[in-house]
Amino acid sequence: MATQEIALPKVKEPDVSIIERLHGLVMTVDHKKLGLMYIGTALIFLVVAGLMAVAIRLQLVIPTNTLLEPDVFNRFFTMHGTSMVFLVGMPIIAGFGNYLVPLMIGARDMAFPRLNAFGYWMFLFGGLLLYFSYLGAPGLAGHGSAPDVGWFAYAPLTERAFSRGHSTDYWILSLLLTSVGSTVSAINVIVTAITLRCPGMKLMRMPLLVWLMLVTNFMTVLALPALSAAQIMLLIDRYLGGHFFDTQAGGSAVIWQHFFWIFGHPEVYILMIPAFACLSEVVPVFSRKPIFGYPVMVGATAMIGLISVSVWAHHMFSVGMTSVGNTFFAISTFMVAVPTGIKIFNWLGTMYGGRIRFDLPMLFCIAFLFQFLVAGLTGVMLAVAPLNWQLTDSYFVVAHFHYTLVGGFLFGIFAGFYYWYPKAVGRMLDRRLGLWHFWLFVIGFHVTFDTMHFSGILGMPRRIFTYDAGRGWDTLNLVTTLGAFCQAVSILLLAINIVRSAGKGKLAGNDPWDAWTLEWTTSSPPPEYNFATIPVVRCRRPLWDLKHPEDPDWKYE
Amino acid sequence: MVFVFSLFWTICFLHGEPALGKTDSVTNIFGPLSQPAQEIKETSLLVLAVCAVIFVVVGGLLLYTLVRFRHRAGDEASEPPQVYGSNQIELAWTVLPILIVLVLILVTSRTIADIQNRKPPSGSVHATVVGHQWWWEIRYPELGIVTANELHVPASTGSNRQPTFLKLQSADVAHSFWVPQLAGKTDLIPNRENTMWIEPTNPGTYLGNCAEYCGTQHARMLIRVIVQSPDEFERWVRDQQQAISITTSAAEGRRSFFANSCVNCHSIRGTSAQGKFGPDLTHLMSRETLASGVVPNTTENLRLWVRDPQKIKLGCLMPNMQMSDREVDQILAYLQTLK
Repeated sequence: MATQEIALPKVKEPDVSIIERLHGLVMTVDHKKLGLMYIGTALIFLVVAGLMAVAIRLQLVIPTNTLLEPDVFNRFFTMHGTSMVFLVGMPIIAGFGNYLVPLMIGARDMAFPRLNAFGYWMFLFGGLLLYFSYLGAPGLAGHGSAPDVGWFAYAPLTERAFSRGHSTDYWILSLLLTSVGSTVSAINVIVTAITLRCPGMKLMRMPLLVWLMLVTNFMTVLALPALSAAQIMLLIDRYLGGHFFDTQAGGSAVIWQHFFWIFGHPEVYILMIPAFACLSEVVPVFSRKPIFGYPVMVGATAMIGLISVSVWAHHMFSVGMTSVGNTFFAISTFMVAVPTGIKIFNWLGTMYGGRIRFDLPMLFCIAFLFQFLVAGLTGVMLAVAPLNWQLTDSYFVVAHFHYTLVGGFLFGIFAGFYYWYPKAVGRMLDRRLGLWHFWLFVIGFHVTFDTMHFSGILGMPRRIFTYDAGRGWDTLNLVTTLGAFCQAVSILLLAINIVRSAGKGKLAGNDPWDAWTLEWTTSSPPPEYNFATIPVVRCRRPLWDLKHPEDPDWKYE
Repeated sequence: MVFVFSLFWTICFLHGEPALGKTDSVTNIFGPLSQPAQEIKETSLLVLAVCAVIFVVVGGLLLYTLVRFRHRAGDEASEPPQVYGSNQIELAWTVLPILIVLVLILVTSRTIADIQNRKPPSGSVHATVVGHQWWWEIRYPELGIVTANELHVPASTGSNRQPTFLKLQSADVAHSFWVPQLAGKTDLIPNRENTMWIEPTNPGTYLGNCAEYCGTQHARMLIRVIVQSPDEFERWVRDQQQAISITTSAAEGRRSFFANSCVNCHSIRGTSAQGKFGPDLTHLMSRETLASGVVPNTTENLRLWVRDPQKIKLGCLMPNMQMSDREVDQILAYLQTLK
């Protein structure tokens, strides 16, 4: 037979002190520990940046509120955005990639274990450096503290003439560090997926998650250098007398925007594709059917990756490009909708004719599908350049990308989290608490972000620390703030669930979901070497063949 | 779900009442009162309709699948038939979106070209808007007028079409000019000149904001466009073109104003005050608001502003000049002669 279930004898762990455990974390090169460290750290940053969002919402709850001073507010939204993208999104995908890719391709570790550890520590210290700016950045009296230039830091607001003190330097340097971490982690995943697959696992037999991780990490390697290059140029402007973006000396403000979005737009897909990856594993298992159109899913992902590097200037429709330029970027943006649509249809096709089990991972997937559908459609609206002239930089855009990154990315990641938590910890997450988390999060999400679309349609620009009464924004903002609290409570429940279930949860066993990929053949949590013997596969779903020798996959592929 | 219902609500109710924007300053993009906002709305409605249909169809299919193929008691024993895919179906749901996208591309291209490539007809008003941290400098080069924060334009009538063409520049960082009921936004980028145009038909005051984050007081960089009937606009132009009359009434304030550093940043036409950092004050009292739309232009607010601008707009670039109450009153009296 293709693979064999491996029953490992229980090994009694020696008693170790907390110091030794921490020391172990610092020294480890194990992909599973590093993966969990990535995810754990990202969740902590999620809470910190989430609390900033709550503070932002409190300031906006009523018109002309004076809770936060303008600069404090500006720092909060800058730190919120920067953290969520670079200290939550990127490390979460690195964590999932690290933890799952070797297990799913039947490998014992990543290709470069020590580089892997290096990547994690770069990310962690980059993140700490960003937050250290609150203490370390004040330069001239009254200037500084944390960065306040927005997460895309448009020039020339970042030049020394307009950003005194060192806050912008902290923004640049900390992101350069995390970018180093993300890049080495991306290279590692690519090399691992290409070289360490177990015998029999051809490229077209890789689980879809591995395929999608491969694409997303290729995009990381391709896109991040644009940001790093721009940041280094900005440093040269600030300290070595350069004039790249220094408009007062003939530099170009628009060039910064091009550089940033050449990175920034692929970045959105870099985050989304791992969420797609989670869906592509969870939806089949809980529909009890193989993924519909596997090769098409692979192709559509590659297409998204390709097209997404040619759409960046749709963030810049109002910057004054020619009508030809605007038309080009509108067209390329519409094109992305096609492969994205194909993916949604394929998940739908997977569910159609199945027997859908509504366990927690699947619930998050279902919410994802509805929300991502809306996010995609508002994306199409924003691709219509004339409508974009009205909606860009308004709350409609804020609503749109939170629909994508919370309603899409985060829901997909939560689906994956509930799905693989038993594998990583050995115990199930509590279903009752999980349901509370799910429903409160869904309600909070919609209350917050649905209303934001309408603030935007009514002309509310983003990044304003206050607004006057009487412009039709009062009630909408009040409702938005209520939703934010609802989300905060649900995240608290998730945190409680994670901690409680780790100690008291129901034992998971090797294969709690009756799933089909290799990670479920080994114990939960897997031993350090993952597999006692390297598995051999003959199809995409080795465990299906094992469980259904009468109707095996390999006959059809 | 909530999303779709509310979308209908917005479109059905708000776009039918264009007067709404005028009376209580709700700047709904679906309540346009000018080209090109009107044309954008028409394109948008088509796009919204297409998106709504896609949402209903795909969402409906999803819902149907979830209900029809849910796990039922007794299903544990067997697995459903294993289906791996179908090339015909894949082809169908690739081609169909491509066709929809093609329609959207055509509509979008036409609207972009229509709005962006408009040439100014004779009789157009030309104005230059310069973004500053955190206020708007407004110049009418052909009319010799310099003002701030309140853009006056004539209403365009059927027989006498008078669109206003704007040149957009910035003195410091990037800003964005957005008055939702008149047009989409266009950025003001330093070291670059952008253009846009508006053609409002109904007199009234239209509110807008700076829409590109530009630093501390980005939130309170408000713009108002005051659309006047052609006659009223003519009168406003004549008033603005007049030189200030030197009165004797506020001589002490005048002396104070020129003795302090006010003149380093502010201009008053026909005097030695030629500063360029702050708004031109030649006809200060003809404006409705102070500090770029933050407070109404009343005596009390003007006094507060002259004494300590940071109390009204924390972080703004005009410092507290540490003047005595007497000096503040004198300068106030002088400023009030700038009608």
